[in-house]
Amino acid sequence: MIRWINDNFKTGIAVFTLLAVFGCGHNSQKDWPDSFGYGKTASKADIIAKDIDVRPDGVGLPKGAGRIDTGALIFAEKCAMCHGVGGKLVKGQKLPAPALVSDTNFVKRKGNTVGNYWPYATTLFDYVRRSMPYNAPGSLTNQEVYDITAYLLYANGVIKKGATINAQTLPKVVMPARKYFVNDDRRGGNEVR
Amino acid sequence: MQGKKISRRSLLGGAAVATVALVQTSVGKVLQPIQTATPPEDPTKTVGPLPSKVGTRSPFENSVRKPSDISSRTPLQDMYSTITPADLHFERHHAGIPTIDPNKYELLIHGMVKRPMKFSLHDLKRFPAVTRTCFIECAGNFRTGKEDMTPQEILGLTSQSEWTGVMLSTLLREVGVDPKSTWFLAEGSDAAILTRSIPVSKAFDDAMIVYAQNGEAIRPAQGYPVRLLLPGWEGNTNVKWLRRLEFGDQPWMTREETSKYTYQVGEKVRQFSFEMDARSIIIYPSYPGKVEPGYIEIRGIAWSGRGKVNKVEVSTDGGKNWEIANLQEPVLSKAHTYFRYLWHWDGRQTEILSRVTDETGYIQPTLQQLKDARGPEMGGYHLNPITAWTVKRDGSVWLKPEEFKKL
Repeated sequence: MIRWINDNFKTGIAVFTLLAVFGCGHNSQKDWPDSFGYGKTASKADIIAKDIDVRPDGVGLPKGAGRIDTGALIFAEKCAMCHGVGGKLVKGQKLPAPALVSDTNFVKRKGNTVGNYWPYATTLFDYVRRSMPYNAPGSLTNQEVYDITAYLLYANGVIKKGATINAQTLPKVVMPARKYFVNDDRRGGNEVR
Repeated sequence: MQGKKISRRSLLGGAAVATVALVQTSVGKVLQPIQTATPPEDPTKTVGPLPSKVGTRSPFENSVRKPSDISSRTPLQDMYSTITPADLHFERHHAGIPTIDPNKYELLIHGMVKRPMKFSLHDLKRFPAVTRTCFIECAGNFRTGKEDMTPQEILGLTSQSEWTGVMLSTLLREVGVDPKSTWFLAEGSDAAILTRSIPVSKAFDDAMIVYAQNGEAIRPAQGYPVRLLLPGWEGNTNVKWLRRLEFGDQPWMTREETSKYTYQVGEKVRQFSFEMDARSIIIYPSYPGKVEPGYIEIRGIAWSGRGKVNKVEVSTDGGKNWEIANLQEPVLSKAHTYFRYLWHWDGRQTEILSRVTDETGYIQPTLQQLKDARGPEMGGYHLNPITAWTVKRDGSVWLKPEEFKKL
């Protein structure tokens, strides 16, 4: 994966250099100043106000720890109306949002849920905080997001009852389906894959 | 209107009466002729509408998108050329269309850069601008299974516009990206705050920050006031209502690139399929059209996320023989390309299909080839199969449906 990224990156730089030397056709970049001077320097406050992402290595996770029991209560109150009771698919019932809970069996799965498909546990925290609940996005506190994250990992059988979920432990949770994910390595040409 | 009631019937009514309506003008509301779908018998005997501020389509034309709860599809079968009218561009969004004040808009660029910066819409418009025509296609753009399906229903989640904005590489000269940065995060300001991780190489290749579509400001459904444009890459990465770019040294593994927009291939799950594979479809004749024996100009569109369309072949005998179709010039890279092929139909039942080859030598596969290559659990993303239409003896045209299980 690293090698693929690096190869792509080098190609990008090569293309960029060519464009810089020969111009784009519509713009003669050799006449350009080093900087146009448009725009402003962003302050720390500007960045903090919008930088809400969480990476797989845990960068971006706030302080706090998830409580499975509280998470179950919050889920029942704020999430189950769309994702089903306990986050589970009920036969014959059409949910307005995907079911989230099953087991950790990727191979025999009937649908993609957190335990059998999601490759990173940090994605749960990041996505719930930025997008959920659908009818009141951005309304959950960091504590509530931790609680829901812990509950969903537990309900899917990924973590055990007494497990601690915080900024240090969440990135270390190994998701069962993680090992199945591979980068697309197709590059055109006469092949179907 | 008070004291001067005009019924709809009389407005649209008798042939001797000019069709009129109350229209707001600079001198107030006055009666003015308007165009309706009930034409006078002789248009040369009736004065038509006077100039107006904003035009409308002919009342005889009723091309519309086909909306569902989560998307809205372009009526491809109605397209005579490759630019999609902005109000018919397909829609896919994850928490509705946000309303963003252009005067308060800011694009933040930070992370592994020398100087984190924010740009107003005014700032973005001052930079050297570039215009580019390309398609945007949703990665989940394939339906089949019934005979009575239109091109819009099969693959209406692809559209083409002429986009204008600033090259992302131009902005990156201002912030100074760390050469060690390999990925950046693009984030929208809709209620889903949608995010995708993008390799930095794309930023220096052909990524654009665009604010205009077909010569006017981008439509709200397409990202007003600013969206990311990644020519040839899956629609979801072209983040709309763009508010933030963060440069880093690893992908963020957001929900949209892990639990969604990934698909099983054999025993593995394929992630980061950015480029849209080459695809074509005949849009005329197609369901629910009807044709007569004799000369028929077969028409369609072809495209590739990896570059230019090299050739399109058409078969009128169910795939036994293939003939080269004419491509409408100019053939642009990563753009819908119109093709035409003159066919003489003898009136016997047959199947017509098209297949594209792009400039990398990739040949559009059949659904069976995709199934064979990816396995029975392949899921619904990044499917670009050849589409076959059955032309029956009565001239009716039907999709040749295929078996397809969507996981």
